[in-house]
Amino acid sequence: MHWTSRALALLLTLALGLGLAASPAGAQTPGVTATEIKIGNTNPYSGPASAYGTIGKVIAAYFKKVNDEGGINGRKINFISYDDSYSPPKTVEMVRRLVEQDQVAFVFQTLGTPTNSAIHKYMNQQKVPHLFVATGATKWGDPKNFPWTIGWQPTYQAEGKIYAQYVLKNVPNAKVGILYQNDDYGKDYLKGFKDGLGDAAKKIVVLEQSYEVTDPTIDSQIVNLKNSGANVFFNITIPKFAVQAIKKSHDIGWRPLHLLNNVSSSVAVVLKPAGLEASKDIITARYLKDPTDPQWKNDPGYKDWVAFMQKYYPDGSLLDDFNVYGYSVAQSMVHVLRQCGNDLSRANIMKQAASIKDLALPMLLPGIKINTGPDDYYPIEQEQLARFDGERWVNFGEVYDASKK
Amino acid sequence: MTVATPEVAVARRAALVAAVPRPWRLAGVLLAVAAGCVLPFAVSGFRVFQFTQVGIYAIALLGLNILTGYNGQISLGHGAFYAVGAYTTAIMIDRWNVPYGWTIPVAGILCFVVGFLFGIPALRLEGLYLALATFALALAVPQILKYFEHWTGGSQGIVLSKPEVPFGLPLSQDQYLYFVTLASLLVLFVLAWNLLRGRTGRALVAIRDHPIAAEAMGINSSLYKSLTFGVSAGYTGVAGALSGLAIAFVAPDAFNVFLSITFLVGIVIGGLASISGAIYGALFTQFVPNWAQDISKAAPWAIYGVFLIVFMYVMPHGIAGALRLLWRRAVRLTGTGPRS
Repeated sequence: MHWTSRALALLLTLALGLGLAASPAGAQTPGVTATEIKIGNTNPYSGPASAYGTIGKVIAAYFKKVNDEGGINGRKINFISYDDSYSPPKTVEMVRRLVEQDQVAFVFQTLGTPTNSAIHKYMNQQKVPHLFVATGATKWGDPKNFPWTIGWQPTYQAEGKIYAQYVLKNVPNAKVGILYQNDDYGKDYLKGFKDGLGDAAKKIVVLEQSYEVTDPTIDSQIVNLKNSGANVFFNITIPKFAVQAIKKSHDIGWRPLHLLNNVSSSVAVVLKPAGLEASKDIITARYLKDPTDPQWKNDPGYKDWVAFMQKYYPDGSLLDDFNVYGYSVAQSMVHVLRQCGNDLSRANIMKQAASIKDLALPMLLPGIKINTGPDDYYPIEQEQLARFDGERWVNFGEVYDASKK
Repeated sequence: MTVATPEVAVARRAALVAAVPRPWRLAGVLLAVAAGCVLPFAVSGFRVFQFTQVGIYAIALLGLNILTGYNGQISLGHGAFYAVGAYTTAIMIDRWNVPYGWTIPVAGILCFVVGFLFGIPALRLEGLYLALATFALALAVPQILKYFEHWTGGSQGIVLSKPEVPFGLPLSQDQYLYFVTLASLLVLFVLAWNLLRGRTGRALVAIRDHPIAAEAMGINSSLYKSLTFGVSAGYTGVAGALSGLAIAFVAPDAFNVFLSITFLVGIVIGGLASISGAIYGALFTQFVPNWAQDISKAAPWAIYGVFLIVFMYVMPHGIAGALRLLWRRAVRLTGTGPRS
């Protein structure tokens, strides 16, 4: 019986330890004073992924605007953002610096899937909110195992589900051919799409082809897909291969219903190089207003964004989707902080981030709303489809919701 | 073609003339070790983590310095061996549940073998040609890691748990990892010192300074060169393994070409052909990019570049060389002549 009493003692000690750890919840949150909220962030301002760096800059600019307008409940936001060059070890170092040395209240919008993976455990061990991470992977919405981490943008799986819903509803004799990149990103889309099709997936999907990101070309995969007799082409490729896929299928005269993942939906980077004529009638899913789309020219949300950009971030490009993205995610953050009222404990910040109800933002497409809950750590799950008319994306149809069957 | 410029040789000869007397040097080393042992109790957990990284970099830099500084072979691809070391540890822990302690020597031995094998064909290449061949290695490794997704977890990498503190030692995980790194560092530094001060070291330097004369003296140049490559890769592999443990995560993005260049910068700044130089270089590698960022958010790499240029102008033989020079001046000023 000796060991049981020991185990009991151990359990008691543990319980006591946990109780002690949990008790100072009412104590002062690090990084929060009567006049300030410290928020930490990492972004790749240099290195191979530095095109994303503008997101950190536009967020900083937006917080400056909020501060100029009096802050949040009298508190100014002190946004500390470090460069991690998209290198996971650097992210670990910088985030530890933010949490342990700068004593930020929480970490917001750390960018990148591998970089966030490197700090995922740490943030949850330290119980520091890890909010609205900038990545489309699905693993960020896992409140059971990682209650302190939450995503923001629609996940790749969610987008895959939306295409599936569209196909089920609108293509009666669908035979789908899929091309996907053989890694987590490609497989996430694939899984979402098949989950969305449900039992019909086995019948509807006639051929799956994959490629490695190191492959020089995907021509043979496109030919195989055409020969499979597919009349729907779900194209899960990054921009370089999306250009090839659009060109090749056009060249060999294959004209299926072409569903192109949002990752490669840039007109300038993908569709123009592939050929505007060849790109016509391609369908993609979107959730942000495209700043280059003339239909928003007189939209008040767009005009506000332009006014903000000109005043607070004049160096930023008005054509860059990332600046719309950063603006919107910063607005979500401000919404959560206002919702916290005067209880800025880490637990409450996390709780409020997971209790957003029907939040509409000026640069989200009309009808798209942010919703979270204690079991729902996927803020944006709605997207709208858009068809390329040879010049720009034209939104059409209803707003799809990936959380619905 | 060798890295050893005449200046390095001159600096070394000059250094020999006014070398720091042995008891002094021993005292200095002991003092440094003592400081290293006290350090983790004096600073915060985050700083301990940073100094752990300094230790890890120092091991990698020493490995590269044996190759480039002592043997005159330039490598722009040591990030690749660092990656192999990190992944060896990660895969062994993640797939086979091997205790982490075993993974460190295994990573070192594996990298030694890989480095030795790479060294054999690389023997035909000299100087800049070798630099390009190793550069190719640095470019290829991140992509190869993504290709073997089943083992490496692809671009998502492998998440590890930090080693638990054993035997109920009253240390935090950070402090424990620091001491594991410090212990590895001391062992590897003593080994390197033993290797470099005797016959082997002289052979390496001879091959660097005058390969033909070295061969004429009966030194088996090709064997020495490939062995040096292996030892150098092994050191870097151990550093990679420790970094895998300290970061508790490995992913291809952590091992890009820039890492290899950072190592080369580190040994030049620290001091070529100097053992202590590896530590100075590691401090530079760890802290200067952060300072640069604190000075200017807008252009941290421009500031870093300015630091580099200033360092190279003020200390053309690296920090170790500058310290030697200072010592000589001090000796001359105080009038205590050199013992030999």
